[in-house]
Amino acid sequence: MIEDKDILDIEEPRLSAAERLYLPQIVEGMGTTLRHLGKTLFQGSVTVQYPEQKRTLRVENYRGVHRLNRDEDGRVACVACFMCSTACPAHCIHIEAGDSPWEDREKYPIKFDIDELRCIFCGMCEEACPVDAIELTHLYDMVGRTREEMILDKEELLAIYDDTKSAKPRKNPRITGYPGTGNRPHGGVLGSEDQSK
Amino acid sequence: MGEFLTSQFGVSVSLAVIIIAALTGISAYCIYFERKIAGGIQDRPGPNRVGPWGLFQLVADGLKFVFKEDIIPGHVDKVLFLVAPSVLFLVAFIGFAAIPWGGQWMLGGRLVNIQVANPDIGLLYILGVGSMGVYGVVLGGWASNNKYSLYGAIRATAQMLSYEIPLGVCVLVVVLTMGAIRLEDITLKQASEYWLGFIPQWNVFLHPVAFVILFITALAEANRTPFDLAEAEQELVGGYHTEYNALKFGMFFLGEYAHMITSSALIAVLFLGGWHFPWIPWTQPEATSWFAVLVKITVLSAKVACFIFLMMWIRWTLPRFRFDQLMRLAWQGLIPITLGLFTLAAVLVYFGLERTVWATIGNVVIVAVSLTVAGRSKREVTGRTANLPPIQIEPASGRGLAAGAAP
Repeated sequence: MIEDKDILDIEEPRLSAAERLYLPQIVEGMGTTLRHLGKTLFQGSVTVQYPEQKRTLRVENYRGVHRLNRDEDGRVACVACFMCSTACPAHCIHIEAGDSPWEDREKYPIKFDIDELRCIFCGMCEEACPVDAIELTHLYDMVGRTREEMILDKEELLAIYDDTKSAKPRKNPRITGYPGTGNRPHGGVLGSEDQSK
Repeated sequence: MGEFLTSQFGVSVSLAVIIIAALTGISAYCIYFERKIAGGIQDRPGPNRVGPWGLFQLVADGLKFVFKEDIIPGHVDKVLFLVAPSVLFLVAFIGFAAIPWGGQWMLGGRLVNIQVANPDIGLLYILGVGSMGVYGVVLGGWASNNKYSLYGAIRATAQMLSYEIPLGVCVLVVVLTMGAIRLEDITLKQASEYWLGFIPQWNVFLHPVAFVILFITALAEANRTPFDLAEAEQELVGGYHTEYNALKFGMFFLGEYAHMITSSALIAVLFLGGWHFPWIPWTQPEATSWFAVLVKITVLSAKVACFIFLMMWIRWTLPRFRFDQLMRLAWQGLIPITLGLFTLAAVLVYFGLERTVWATIGNVVIVAVSLTVAGRSKREVTGRTANLPPIQIEPASGRGLAAGAAP
């Protein structure tokens, strides 16, 4: 409830004779616009001419289309733990897990589909992934003519990794402690010691 | 054939064809420049995709207008609906007939006027034709059979009729001072005399206030910002062309620019000496070679271009008036001032006073008086009335409410 004492009566400032004539203010305003016009004409505008020019992105933390990383042996790094699809606020990640054909992990994704039209590019999948298998790249110009085209499957996501790994190397997986994934020192909460228990 | 071409009639006909062709193109290019200027003022490049610097943008726009489906809504008055854009377009163009573009040309031993027609009542003709622009607007709004279109048309009509008065009085000031109503004569009189030997006796120096007011009314007549309430699509529904699309809308659009060019040419002739420019020998009345004609046309076109730039510049600077402010500006501001100017011009002519001195004094006095009156006025400029009584809402007597409220 707003009390009467809280209400401020503000009187409109009286305009002087010159202000009532409008013209001085109009001239001042036109000076401002002319300055902008001159600046644009002689110094050019800051507009990026998109298809020819592209913005320089901060590749490291730009949140564009996803990719599915490969490990050193070229296999899909994902272990089908469903952490990303659980974390996803838009429910755009669909994983079907299966028994892994490799000894060093239990599961791997048979299907890994991301609906890029539902995705809100928040990056929470990337945050949630324990093995840094899913990452957002700097690619933003994806086009499709149907909705189905925009649902990327595992192979397409892996292909995006192959295309972008030179521009944005895969993060060093902090937690990947699975035996046989390379010479990296094991560590982290999911280390081999914990697994063996 | 040669005889025909060198006669005044032949020159007039060729000029009419040239002017109509050129004006259509120039009006279209005005749209391009408008968008470029808008872009520049808003710190962006403007159209730059179609052709070099986007110069073919208007071709793309024109093709778009031509190939769009031409919808005629079922509820409109078909004949008037089709006639309205043509009227506006036509009226905006035929005003050019009386504009003196290039003085006289010595052609085949005879002097011909570079002017489609040189009637004795040239100025009245332009004023009359300009007023007919209201018909296009009213017909468009009426034929649309849509209340918002009609409101838009009524707004536009009220505005154009109100601003016609100061416009007419400003023109009368010039007519009184020059003692001529033929546009060629008005140009000649301004071109023939000099102050101190080098300042041309253009009317703008004699009647600067009338010049400013004429420019303001020209903006209002052409429905340009800040007087474009007729088509305020953001806050009021479109206006008289709400129901129009495709080429018919394009004609309304182009007509506006043609109207701008006509008004600019008229102001240039009345106040800036038309094709005359001091220090350039080819723009003097005595020069009648073909080159002089070209220079004269260029000079007048340059003056028109300056006005058009000014109009576009104003459009992208100023917000639009509210309708009551617009009306107050015309009836309480411009009309009294122009009537004062008219009295001044009449006194100058009747008593044969020294014009330079007394016109300056008169203008200063009129501006001072208007400033004093405006400054001492108790009315708020914003038009807001303080302490309105509370609004009494009477229960509606609609069917639903009556049924529910019945005891």
